[in-house]
Amino acid sequence: MFIATAYAAEEAGAHAPNAGFPPFDASTFPSQLLWLAITFGLFFIFLKKVVLPRIGGILEVRRDRIASDLDQAARMKDEADAAIAAYEQELADARARANAIGQEARDGAKAGAEAERKKVEADLDAKLASAEDRIATIKQTALRDVGVIAEDTAAAIVQELVGGKVDKAAVTAAVRQAS
Amino acid sequence: MANDPIHQFQISKIVPIEIGGLDFSFTNSSAFMVATVVLAGGFLYLTTSSRGLIPSRLQSVSEMSYEFVAGMLRESAGTHGMKFFPLVFSLFMFVLVANLIGMFPYFFTVTSHIIVTFALAMLVIGTVLVYGFWKHGFGFLKLFVPSGVPMVLLPLVVAIEIISFLSRPISLSVRLFANMLAGHITLKVFAGFITMLGSLGAVGVAGAVLPLFMTVALTGLEFLVAFLQAYVFAILTCMYLNDAIHPGH
Repeated sequence: MFIATAYAAEEAGAHAPNAGFPPFDASTFPSQLLWLAITFGLFFIFLKKVVLPRIGGILEVRRDRIASDLDQAARMKDEADAAIAAYEQELADARARANAIGQEARDGAKAGAEAERKKVEADLDAKLASAEDRIATIKQTALRDVGVIAEDTAAAIVQELVGGKVDKAAVTAAVRQAS
Repeated sequence: MANDPIHQFQISKIVPIEIGGLDFSFTNSSAFMVATVVLAGGFLYLTTSSRGLIPSRLQSVSEMSYEFVAGMLRESAGTHGMKFFPLVFSLFMFVLVANLIGMFPYFFTVTSHIIVTFALAMLVIGTVLVYGFWKHGFGFLKLFVPSGVPMVLLPLVVAIEIISFLSRPISLSVRLFANMLAGHITLKVFAGFITMLGSLGAVGVAGAVLPLFMTVALTGLEFLVAFLQAYVFAILTCMYLNDAIHPGH
């Protein structure tokens, strides 16, 4: 039916009004099919061979680039974290070392002071002991001297009182008896 | 003549060619097919020629259309379907650009002819059939035998499946063709009202405002339809190709 109207249209001339419904005009089909095949075929080949690999390549390069950038960023972050950890470790070490040095100095000073004190005490003790010794000897000497002085004094007194020579041995014996 | 809404679909010969009694003339339709292909191919080629790592705006358009179609195909046909990507992308771009070129006044709409859309639909169904039988042999016929159907119902279901398969090229081509045709006729009719009313004097000019608004609104709608029909054509192509790749339901 459409073919019939198409033929009618052709007979009436291409520009006749109401010359059938153009999309159903079968006389134009071979031309449309041929040119569609040519144009779409070339379009398909062009896209398949040139355009699509290119766009796919662009997208892939971008995806790789983004992935590698992210990797790099992650690596740098790890490095920064490691640096921070190392820094904090160092800081803690230094603090511990400072504490140790301070403690050592304090201990050393304390020990030195203690030793000094011990020495001074020992010195004082020694001095005290020697002083006591000297006091003891002086006391003995003094005591001995006291006997002699007493004898002399007693002899002198006796001589003054009674006159004449005094028997020294008797005086000594009398003093010894008195003291 | 000027108000004949069918006139825009008229095919006129530019270079008459006749081979073996058949008319293979280079017509206005052929010219617009060439324009479609050159515009689409040229756009995709030129906008991506700098291969920018950071895309320019136009390069983004090309990349977005690529990823749009690739996503569509991967979602409906899986990664195995990606071998058909050039076909689906070419179909999408061809139909889209042909539809959009047709939106220019006085331009011819390639996809408003049933033979063109039918040829594209047959290309899809032919690809499905050839690939299906080449890949799965007679196992491809499992497409018509859904699993888990009771034996009693099986003949009926198979008959329905076969009819639905056979109607695919028709529905695929008629959908695109009819949308383009109807849209352009409607636009032309409403635009015709404007001039007809405008020639009736002051009252007519005032009355012509309504069809003018209608024409403006319809033009927007037709741009949507131009994109939507290209999308529908491509997504149905993806789904039919999925049948060829995975015939079991």
